[in-house]
Amino acid sequence: MTDLLYSEEEEALRSAVRDLLADHCDAPGVIARTESDAPHDLAAWKALADGMGLAGLLVPESKGGQGATHREAAVVLEELGRAVAPVPYLTSAVVATEALLACDADDLLAELASGRKIGALAVALSVAPGGVHKAVRVENGALYGELTGIADAAAADVLLVPAEDGGLYAVAADAATVTPQTSFDLTRPLATVTLDGAAARRIGDAQPAVGRALRAGAGLLASEQFGLADWALTETVRYLKERKQFNRPVGGFQAVKHRLAQLWLEVVNLRAAARSAADALATGEDVEVAVAVAQAYAAPVAVHAAEEALQLHAGIGMTWEHPIHLNLKRAKADSIAYGTAGAHRSDVAELVDLQAP
Amino acid sequence: MTGAAELRSRTRELLAANPPATTDRLDFLKARFDAGLAWVHYPEGLGGLGVPRSLQAVVDAELEAAGAPDNDSRRNGIGLGMAAPTILRYGTEEQKQRYLRPLWIGEEVWCQLFSEPGAGSDLAALGTRAVREGDEWVVNGQKVWTSGAHNSRWAILIARTDPNVPKHAGITYFLCDMTDPGVDVRPLRQITGEAEFNEVFLTDVRIPDSRRLGEIGDGWRVAQTTLNNERVAIGGMRLPREGGMIGPVAKTWRERPELRSHDLHQRLLKLWVESEVARLTAERLRQQLVAGQPGPEGAGMKLAFARLNQELSGLEVELLGEQGLLYDDWTMRRPELVDFTGREAGYRYLRSKGNSIEGGTSEVLLNIVAERVLGLPSEPRTDKDVAWKDLAR
Repeated sequence: MTDLLYSEEEEALRSAVRDLLADHCDAPGVIARTESDAPHDLAAWKALADGMGLAGLLVPESKGGQGATHREAAVVLEELGRAVAPVPYLTSAVVATEALLACDADDLLAELASGRKIGALAVALSVAPGGVHKAVRVENGALYGELTGIADAAAADVLLVPAEDGGLYAVAADAATVTPQTSFDLTRPLATVTLDGAAARRIGDAQPAVGRALRAGAGLLASEQFGLADWALTETVRYLKERKQFNRPVGGFQAVKHRLAQLWLEVVNLRAAARSAADALATGEDVEVAVAVAQAYAAPVAVHAAEEALQLHAGIGMTWEHPIHLNLKRAKADSIAYGTAGAHRSDVAELVDLQAP
Repeated sequence: MTGAAELRSRTRELLAANPPATTDRLDFLKARFDAGLAWVHYPEGLGGLGVPRSLQAVVDAELEAAGAPDNDSRRNGIGLGMAAPTILRYGTEEQKQRYLRPLWIGEEVWCQLFSEPGAGSDLAALGTRAVREGDEWVVNGQKVWTSGAHNSRWAILIARTDPNVPKHAGITYFLCDMTDPGVDVRPLRQITGEAEFNEVFLTDVRIPDSRRLGEIGDGWRVAQTTLNNERVAIGGMRLPREGGMIGPVAKTWRERPELRSHDLHQRLLKLWVESEVARLTAERLRQQLVAGQPGPEGAGMKLAFARLNQELSGLEVELLGEQGLLYDDWTMRRPELVDFTGREAGYRYLRSKGNSIEGGTSEVLLNIVAERVLGLPSEPRTDKDVAWKDLAR
């Protein structure tokens, strides 16, 4: 039976992460960082990964991790989403780590789990689980080619690169040329990875590793999207209780109340869908349907929440100073990350036998 | 404290003393009630043992395994779900003893005389009058949307006993005898063709003061118990995947490939996902209740299912194409139970229009969510300090 609640331990983990992010990732700091030379907050990352040991949640203790499950990682991602924290948690501690768990590279796995190194799977962020992705050329054990849209590559120490021979290769980031792309979501920046004879080590087969990594990424992204949506709703309700026009709180107008109540219902539904996906990934039961359902539902809700937050904050919501745009840009980018809602609906059609005409 | 093991042995004793195969159905139900195994969370002597509600499952499993008859709870949903908890909370000892046993065994069916033509969403504005004459109350007025009134022995009734105070303060709660000569039940035909509901006209109906539930003028508060239990009943259900209105549409889609189109496919998939997510939310709410941490999600579930039922049945009619132009049966009937799945898509489409109206309109529920869950300011009130008799109508 799917457990859709949060355990006491999970709630304790949540408040620890929230406290840490309150110290490291306040909104003005995150906004200022987006235009600096260092878009990733490596101090916050170090505190999460090294200080709290969260980079290794999905890795068994015997391999240097914490031996926790996707349920705990999902709680971390809810909080990271709430803060729109610019840390490579989803990309390194979930996606790259899941890829390594399907390979034979325990040394790298231990380094990622401990937070000593950051990893990035060199597959474009827009690719859905089971979707088509680029692969690079292999010659005499060296890699040649260019990959675009690689999230958090600029912060990575090691890149996991699919090659045309069907292998997944580990490449040290300094053996590649990583060029930042001007990204819509500045808190999860994309980069181009150029390989021109880069030394590489084959660590396993690309197809199962990439499939597993993207499935886990898509499933847990729903928890990040829940965090984004819940922040947008909570912050908007708080603001509209204070903001007065026509001698009344704006939140007292029925046109506004009904929109917020509808949004609340969507957010409540998203929490159940995200918990279902996290629990399915943890138990290995019904994973494909649970992930596809969560992703088919999550993106429109997170985007709707951010768009409602902007409209209902009105003028102040359009400013660079207010954090709503961080939330909106992340939510919109997330609606493409690891497959659109439409791509996941197509998966649902296959999985539950509702075939297209 | 009675635990699961003791309940199991009590249930076996009941079965041994009253073998289901050879015992009259009502006699068995009476014996079950008297053994405290009817609703175990009720007090001793009133069909229960005062133990947690979750232990009921232990009893039910034993009885089901033994093939014992049940009380056919769907036939008396208002009695069991709404009248009983209100009588339990506000009834005198005498009232509890008199009404709960026949109610639970299904000998006496109950209906609800709350809504009126002039008091829908604004229920507290109701105008049915109850005037005291000695030890009796004389009731005059009209009630509406009364499901099951034609099968009912009793009704829970709210009526205005004081028109000179603000509307919430002048209401009193009564138990009304539906066989009183002043009670006139008339079927109210709906857009589906059938009459599931009734209009009930009350003309000089005499109710003894001993059938008043709660204090005079306290009826609004008493009615909250009734209405809150209605929401618990709606929120407590458990569905399998494709268990709701999505089921028949998905079945038709799989069995009738010639009906498929790209547009319908996109809409179906979106609704399939939304149905599955609503199911998960209902399941999460259930898990919260079991864990003793009830959440506010219940308020939203009715909203979600109303919309889904309407969109799914609408899609189903469209999917059926030429067959969607037909209707199974417009004959005026008075069904004892509401049957959502036994009839065709056209019926479901029409009947589900009521889902966003009955038990609180979706607009009122959105206000409730906004005010009670999100804490947003309430609507400006112009009727708060005005005597009921001076309200606009």
